[in-house]
Amino acid sequence: MIKFEHFSFKYTAQADYTLRDINLTINDGEKVLIIGPSGCGKSTLLNCINGLVPFSYDGTIEGSLTVDGKETKDLSIFELSKIVGTVLQDSDAQFVGLTVAEDIAFALENDCIPTEELKRRVKEIAKLVNIESHLEHAPTDISGGQKQRVSLAGVMIDDVKVLLFDEPLANLDPETGKTAIELIDSIHKDTGVTEIIIEHRLEDVLWRDVDRIVLMGDGKIVLDTTPDELLSSDALIKHGIREPLYITALKYAGVEITPSMLPHSIDTITLTDEDIAKVKEWYLKTETEKEEEKEVLLQVRDIDFTYKNDRNGASVHHALDHISFDVMKGELLAIVGRNGAGKSTFSKALCGFERIDSGKFIFKGEDMAPLSIKERADRIGYVMQNPNQMISKVQIFDEVALGLRTRNVPEDEVERRVNDTLKICGLWEFRNWPVSALSYGQKKRVTIASILVLEPEMIILDEPTAGQDYYHYTEIMNFLEEINSRGVTIVLITHDMHLMLEYATRGIVFADSKVIKDSTSYDILTDRDVISRASLKETSLYNLALKCGLNDTKGFVEHFISFERRVRND
Amino acid sequence: MKKNVVKSIVAIGIGAALFFVLGRFVAIPSPVPNTNISTQYGLLAFLACVYGPVVGALAGLIGHALIDFSYGWGIWWSWVIASAVFGLLVGLFSLKKKTVASLNISQVIAHAIAWIGVAPVLDIVMYAEPVDKIFLQGAVAAVANIVTTAIIATLLLLAYNATKPKAGSLKKEK
Amino acid sequence: MTNIFNYIDRKSPIHNLTGATKFVCLLLWSFAAMVTFDTKILALLPVVSFILFGLSKIKLKDISFLLVFTLVFMVMNNVLVFLFSPMHGTELYGSCTEICKLWGNNYLTVEQLWYHLNLVLKYFSTMPIVILFISTTEPSEFAASLNKIGVKYTIAYAVSLALRYIPDVQREYHEISLAQQARGIEMSSKENIVKRLKSASAILIPLVLQSLERIDVITNAMELRGFGKNRKRTWYRSRKFTKADIISMIFCGALLLLSIGMNIYNGSRFWMPHF
Repeated sequence: MIKFEHFSFKYTAQADYTLRDINLTINDGEKVLIIGPSGCGKSTLLNCINGLVPFSYDGTIEGSLTVDGKETKDLSIFELSKIVGTVLQDSDAQFVGLTVAEDIAFALENDCIPTEELKRRVKEIAKLVNIESHLEHAPTDISGGQKQRVSLAGVMIDDVKVLLFDEPLANLDPETGKTAIELIDSIHKDTGVTEIIIEHRLEDVLWRDVDRIVLMGDGKIVLDTTPDELLSSDALIKHGIREPLYITALKYAGVEITPSMLPHSIDTITLTDEDIAKVKEWYLKTETEKEEEKEVLLQVRDIDFTYKNDRNGASVHHALDHISFDVMKGELLAIVGRNGAGKSTFSKALCGFERIDSGKFIFKGEDMAPLSIKERADRIGYVMQNPNQMISKVQIFDEVALGLRTRNVPEDEVERRVNDTLKICGLWEFRNWPVSALSYGQKKRVTIASILVLEPEMIILDEPTAGQDYYHYTEIMNFLEEINSRGVTIVLITHDMHLMLEYATRGIVFADSKVIKDSTSYDILTDRDVISRASLKETSLYNLALKCGLNDTKGFVEHFISFERRVRND
Repeated sequence: MKKNVVKSIVAIGIGAALFFVLGRFVAIPSPVPNTNISTQYGLLAFLACVYGPVVGALAGLIGHALIDFSYGWGIWWSWVIASAVFGLLVGLFSLKKKTVASLNISQVIAHAIAWIGVAPVLDIVMYAEPVDKIFLQGAVAAVANIVTTAIIATLLLLAYNATKPKAGSLKKEK
Repeated sequence: MTNIFNYIDRKSPIHNLTGATKFVCLLLWSFAAMVTFDTKILALLPVVSFILFGLSKIKLKDISFLLVFTLVFMVMNNVLVFLFSPMHGTELYGSCTEICKLWGNNYLTVEQLWYHLNLVLKYFSTMPIVILFISTTEPSEFAASLNKIGVKYTIAYAVSLALRYIPDVQREYHEISLAQQARGIEMSSKENIVKRLKSASAILIPLVLQSLERIDVITNAMELRGFGKNRKRTWYRSRKFTKADIISMIFCGALLLLSIGMNIYNGSRFWMPHF
């Protein structure tokens, strides 16, 4: 179906080749996963298949790429789009219609198909992806997972032979992500279409079988093999991809992973008695850390808030239902739950962006009710998910200084404080660079620095690692841990289970506008009831423990986390 | 169809959406009571400079018409067209040069033509309003818009230019 | 969607007309109101539009806030015109029937009051029909309509894109502005004007630069689904004209002809009875 032969590509604006001597054959009806760290060229590879390269991105192509037997150089992007359908990562950008139905019909409208037939086909395809009850909905009225299904329907309506998925899990919570992977799999089985998925969240994609995994690194194909072979090698770690947690745990325990064990899923992997003995032994000898007692920094008491959308107050949404919990001084706390559970509303209420109906925020014994947004910001900093939404200055120094200057701090003090902060954040050597020259992770540091400079005792970060590969994820989180160790209390709002498990000491679980659990992260991720109510995903460590006959699943996860922290800090 | 056509269409659509949101919801109180400062012309000048006269004209036309629609007071076609003319002129003047200086010269000329020349026409034709009142209103609008555009379009252009780093110009400092 | 355009979904003969028909009617009607100052026509148009409102099942309370906006605007404009040129009516109608002396050489005249009456009627001839249009036309049908009446489909789709992304831009603006406020940026009237504009830029710059990136992604998404490959396209939302559509357009065309005809008959755009 798709064949790369000695294929290389260089963007006009860049000095080096982004893809180098690619040889790859994908057969008709295969389901292939392409993984690799950011910047390895996997997105470029995808854009070569769908024709955006060279149609929209100029550059030099060498070698050959055929799709369905035809050389892509000889096809227009429109001809290619009849064979290859692409589901982009940004489903908001892909949703160009005013309603679900119009968006699904978009491709056929452009083919001048008569209106009556459009309606018939839209109904047909909408049923296939299970969105037919939302045909008249506007994009603002449906969830991220539903938008993705609309995108899928919008490309499937063209009867394409190949489906490309660009990081389909990036913006979804764990439960929705699971459903997405299931849908992608069932479409593959039902229609026999060829599927290519790009993702770096390996464990989540492997929730359903894939035929092959192609590992890319630095513009080249490093490995092209079966999931079992790949997981038995050490290529993943070397190329900055996170292994499934159960694999990591087995390796810590000294178990050797071989393809014959079928390690691609926790359900299929077979362990010998000897392996199980090793895991048990490792479990027993790993020590856990004792948490020391901490004093309370913020008391959240009985917060209640209702959105009144309409002018007439017609549509209301009870977004926070009597929320109470404590935040301890110096801790790293995670607030988790599905999209729309009330996490973001909570942080907005805390920062004073929304006026709560009742309840109290008590910060170091002081009721925050009379404080303005600005005054609250001096105590609790808020960092948005996307750094590009916060940066408004050209120079890094000015960006970090902005908050101080608006507070009329004398310029010599501004200089001192900004320089100190830049040093802490590892940005000192870039101080005279324009912000735009930085990588995404560095920009994230700049936005955190611009909050830290105001010396808040606590900062809240909204999805700090969303869309980041393992390398950048680790970079951002290690930085946050370092700030945390300097005494700044950190609250993470996230739906990334790994993040909570590995870094947070404690988690607050939101579901349906309420707090349903307030406990340690290993306790939360082994509690089946909480997991299903909050649309979280249980960690595969839990199943591994069961498989090894360890009934204390909670203890097993706790031991793993302690071990992992020690490994990381060495 | 050439690839730039689709990009221009999208730029018109998103540009009009930005113009609408700024014009409709972003109210910066001005020193004169009951009047707000229109930040949308700074945006339009910037877009016209980056994407050219067609995008400038149509983003202004559609964005302004949608604002009028959303208020329900009828479409003030001459003022809508004046927004389009402003976008068109800035776009035309910026075809060759896209510097801060050239942008500011062209926005001053374009504002003068749009608000003193084009906008008052319909008020005179349709409502037969007194000519001196109309031109005074137009002149006040032109001056206010020139000031806001000078600040906002300039800052936007500077920030935009900075997103395109020059190769080899950056070195880490110790 | 936050209903910024105040579309009200009801079943009525006006709702049933296609968007294209309503748009053509709106244009014809606006021209009819624009060309003349014949008071009889200007009085007729509001009466007809009130009847149409009855047909459309749109209630006064649905649109009351739109009305208030417009009435305030109308009153202010009238006051301004009067203060500027109290003798303007005399210039227009070429006669001067004084009622009493005001200031300087200015008198309160019958002509001036007649002019203001006509000005008010003008608002009432155009405003209700626009409100009727926006509250009975589904935004998503609008783009298809524009294409139907001869606007190029690419431009029509730009309008559709604007409508599609307004809520997104609005939400993003709101989020950015909150984050910047937390850093201490204010746009309140406590600051001087230049400082306020700079504060606004702290929100506009990230918003606009993000939007430029978004333009690129949307362009890719549309090209990947074949936008722009043909000289024409069809629309999911387009509907066929019915008899009612044809009749409505003929009716509005007749209004325009009547309006022009009266101008010719009167020999001038302006008309005033002799008191």
